[in-house]
Amino acid sequence: MNIVMILYYAITAFIVLMLAWNFVREKKKVNDMVLYLLVLLPLVLRLLRVK
Amino acid sequence: MKKSGIAKIILGVVFAALAVVGGLPLYKHRHYKMPVIAGPGVTRVIKLSDFVPSLKGSNVDTDVFVLEGREPGGKALLMANTHANEPAGLLACLIGIENAVVEKGTVYIIPMFNASASRNTKAGDGYPLYFDVPTDWGAKRFRMGNRDASPLEQWPDPDVYIHYPDRQLLSYLDVRNTNRTWPGRANGQIMERVTFAAMELLRRDKIDVAIDFHGAETMFPVTNCLVAPDKSSKIATLTAMTVKAREGFDSHVEPSPRNFRGLSHREIGDFSDTLPFLLEAPIPFLDQPTGPKTVKLMLDGKDPFLLSLSKKNKLFVPYDENGWPMEKRVGQHLSTALEILRQFTKKNAARPIVLSGVPRYAEIVQAGVGKYFHDPAKADAKQLYYE
Repeated sequence: MNIVMILYYAITAFIVLMLAWNFVREKKKVNDMVLYLLVLLPLVLRLLRVK
Repeated sequence: MKKSGIAKIILGVVFAALAVVGGLPLYKHRHYKMPVIAGPGVTRVIKLSDFVPSLKGSNVDTDVFVLEGREPGGKALLMANTHANEPAGLLACLIGIENAVVEKGTVYIIPMFNASASRNTKAGDGYPLYFDVPTDWGAKRFRMGNRDASPLEQWPDPDVYIHYPDRQLLSYLDVRNTNRTWPGRANGQIMERVTFAAMELLRRDKIDVAIDFHGAETMFPVTNCLVAPDKSSKIATLTAMTVKAREGFDSHVEPSPRNFRGLSHREIGDFSDTLPFLLEAPIPFLDQPTGPKTVKLMLDGKDPFLLSLSKKNKLFVPYDENGWPMEKRVGQHLSTALEILRQFTKKNAARPIVLSGVPRYAEIVQAGVGKYFHDPAKADAKQLYYE
């Protein structure tokens, strides 16, 4: 794994944390909660090296 | 508990379920091990990483089956799954590995050239994850791969892929396409290292002939053909004429374009003494205007939309109710490859390459592909390799 790829995984992990944090903090808007999770799904699969 | 808390728990459970239901089949596909039986002709098995050590232990390293003849002679390399969504070449190579015996010369076979692409999928386009070929002992299962290597091995893609060494600008996707990264380099992107390893094999072992098995859409002009650069064109022409006359199938010759870089039939010829050939068999599954991308379509090549287009002369191959089944595609590949080797031997008597035990077009069309695969459950463990 080269340095650029490692950086991309680091960026992905950062975005996953931000989305998860926003999901946890969201109090009212269910639409936004769904949106956070939808965006999260492919990023989690990439972090887990599934897809 | 507040309403938002309950909503979060429900959504979290749905998210986890989607991740598991969606991810697990992809994980299993990526880790599925396809057994390959080394037949009586296989004398040793080496790895691509023997030529580029940085590939060792990675998902892109792949087996090279070596079939050494009883008598010395020339050397040939057969490669499949450069594009892992064109599986007729893979089946042709596996038939060779399981059944071929080399009488004169040496034959190298790489059944899974882009091993990473075979672990990649195109689920978004409705591709099946696997396909099964019926045999006398049950179904033999194969991973259905994709054209390009998985981003899990090579990520991110550049905005534009700059080919090495010609610096031609190619599509960003082609940086993961092992038919655009020839001749490669030892310290390049991982797909460039894969093709460089193959180039090193060709150069170090002084291989005379390289045959790269592919498949192409029926609506694509470069289909049902044999692509060859100038240095291979004489043998290619004689091969095309002979298979047409003797075996009754068409495989015309297409010249390898000089200004389109990165292709095996171009760069192998330019960067080694090897004579390269690329074989394209029609694969209706890859055409855009078809019905669902099912395993049945992959195997029998029958599609009503293509049939309709054929009647309007929109296809580049003859197409009728019989479709373009896997048997025809595999048979064409094997017969054409055998004929190339025969023509090479005729022209280079001091470096003969002679094989036996490999079925030709008519036999495969009649008996089916599955007849030539052996049951891995009954094979000696020492003969079993997993791709």
